[in-house]
Amino acid sequence: MDKKISLLIVDDEESVRDSLYNWFIEDGYDVDCAKNAKEALSMLEARDFDIILADIKMPGMDGMEMHKRIKSLNKDSIVIIMTAFASVETAVQALKEGAYDYITKPFDPDDLSHLLRNAVSQISLRTENEALKDRITTLENIDDIIGSSEAMLRVLKEVESVAPSNSSVIITGESGTGKEIIARAIHANSPRKYFPMVSVHCGALSENLLESELFGHEKGAFTGAMYNRKGRFEMADGGTIFLDEIGTISPKMQIELLRVLETKTFVRVGGNKEIESDFRIICATNKDLKKLVAEGKFREDLYYRLNVVNIRIPPLRERLEDIPLLVDHFINKFCTSMSRNIISIKDVTLKRLKDYNYPGNVRELENMIERAIVVGNGKEILPRDLPLDKKTTDTSYESLEDLEKKYIANVLDKYEWNISKSARVLKVDRVTLYNKIRKYGLTSPGKS
Amino acid sequence: MDHAEEKKILLITHGPMDEYFHGTLAEDIQKIYGFTIHFEERHLDLNAYYDPVRRQYNGNSIISYLHETTSATYMKTLGLFNVDLFIPILTYIFGQAIFKGNVGIVSTYRLRNEQYGLKQDTKLLFERLRKVIIHELGHSFGLVHCYDPSCVMRSSTYVEDIDQKDFGMCISCRDLIVKIINNLQTSTF
Ligand SMILES: [Zn+2]
Ligand SMILES: [Zn+2]
Repeated sequence: MDKKISLLIVDDEESVRDSLYNWFIEDGYDVDCAKNAKEALSMLEARDFDIILADIKMPGMDGMEMHKRIKSLNKDSIVIIMTAFASVETAVQALKEGAYDYITKPFDPDDLSHLLRNAVSQISLRTENEALKDRITTLENIDDIIGSSEAMLRVLKEVESVAPSNSSVIITGESGTGKEIIARAIHANSPRKYFPMVSVHCGALSENLLESELFGHEKGAFTGAMYNRKGRFEMADGGTIFLDEIGTISPKMQIELLRVLETKTFVRVGGNKEIESDFRIICATNKDLKKLVAEGKFREDLYYRLNVVNIRIPPLRERLEDIPLLVDHFINKFCTSMSRNIISIKDVTLKRLKDYNYPGNVRELENMIERAIVVGNGKEILPRDLPLDKKTTDTSYESLEDLEKKYIANVLDKYEWNISKSARVLKVDRVTLYNKIRKYGLTSPGKS
Repeated sequence: MDHAEEKKILLITHGPMDEYFHGTLAEDIQKIYGFTIHFEERHLDLNAYYDPVRRQYNGNSIISYLHETTSATYMKTLGLFNVDLFIPILTYIFGQAIFKGNVGIVSTYRLRNEQYGLKQDTKLLFERLRKVIIHELGHSFGLVHCYDPSCVMRSSTYVEDIDQKDFGMCISCRDLIVKIINNLQTSTF
């Protein structure tokens, strides 16, 4: 589990304590309350708090005095002073003496949320420095990355080493290999983890939609734009933006993207105000970007800006030894979400699963297991529950062309796109193979 | 799911609600939380909760009232209102549920387009309301805010925020809620 940010509320009014307690608990903080300054100080002797939210006016010792004492305890807690309208002047005084900020009661929910985000970002900067000192040795939040094969362990090592930095990352891999999961792992293990990771699937959006999705738009920028809308770059402020299928974006978007990466500022569609955003960018693609650059379809300058670190996720057929672990994980996942008892899998079924080459990768395996649980006997997964088995007896739902395309793709992948070797295996000449490749739009996976 | 027959979620409405709303919400709740929802029309006199200085209604007091009057046969009770709600420390709330508690409140007041000088839009109002209800129920089951931009558990402090998220939960919140509900099931029954 992620280490939660700890927060102490100090207020003499019970209703204030209760309301704030509930609000911050729901926001994911580790929260504690104190009725007065004395109680707060004695709590601080026992433990540290990242943030202290203290009322300025309390009977006994007031918030100002408490702030001084906290400072003298050498605690590096961030102190935020809560004040009523009448006491703003005293609050300003508190700022002069080193309080982090003040907020006037009652709070606007959006102000409160912003104030806290900023404080959290201060803390994460601090932990970033600490992390540099004692090097992260274990990865957090990677429950979804399953595999003990050498190939996957190498990926995890790369994730671990790149996560703490601010470098742009390109994740390459065939579709279904779980590129977004790797991006999440990088984000979750970076100092940016307290801020959002925002994902955009570029391939699914037209140029205009992508533009407004990424940069946002002003009310009335186009028909149907009823509200001002924050774009994904704005939402990712402080965090990470993940652009999937980056190889599909238009030349115009490539220019705009390059500009945003250089200046970290942009303008909403239909707007004229420069908006700043501090984000890290992670991209993913199943295309060979280098090849797209060579063909003039992808800007070279953008390519180098994005491709500071490249992580390649191996296709499932290169790590078949991970299949038992993956199967186990998916059985657990689906049986739990379908509220069924956990079922087992026969050895012979596992063996069959290991004999397949998964053009759709982990996602294909996942779908297979889900389906097998649904159609199966509720106790164990048998070979007949797998679509693999069906295919050998019943291929009526696939055309000859589909089969040919798949088969050629498999052979090409197996021989790492060595055309001569593949042609020999397929018993066709090289020209025929090239024609088939063009006909079916087959592309070789990106290599790093 | 078999426990759905045992306990239900109660939604107390102030006036009659349209059929479509009932049906869609019931489906959402069943799908996400696995419980049946029961609707009850109740005409509460809200005057007791009016704060003349703030010209708003005190959400904390309404929650206490619901807590005292709610029947234990319901897993969760959610009150739906059309007045402007506040809690003492905040200027307004869209809704509020006791974290891991069994009561909550939601108001349509700040979800209406008219509130922001825009044209009335019943469909949009319903979509917002649906998300706020699912969100607050999530808190009552013990879910905290999520950073996934499309997840219904993302925190929304203004109304456009609500429009940008989905009705559904992201994978990790969904995993969590399944675990929480399974635990409830084994500990309560
Ligand atoms: Zn919430
Ligand atoms: Zn979520």
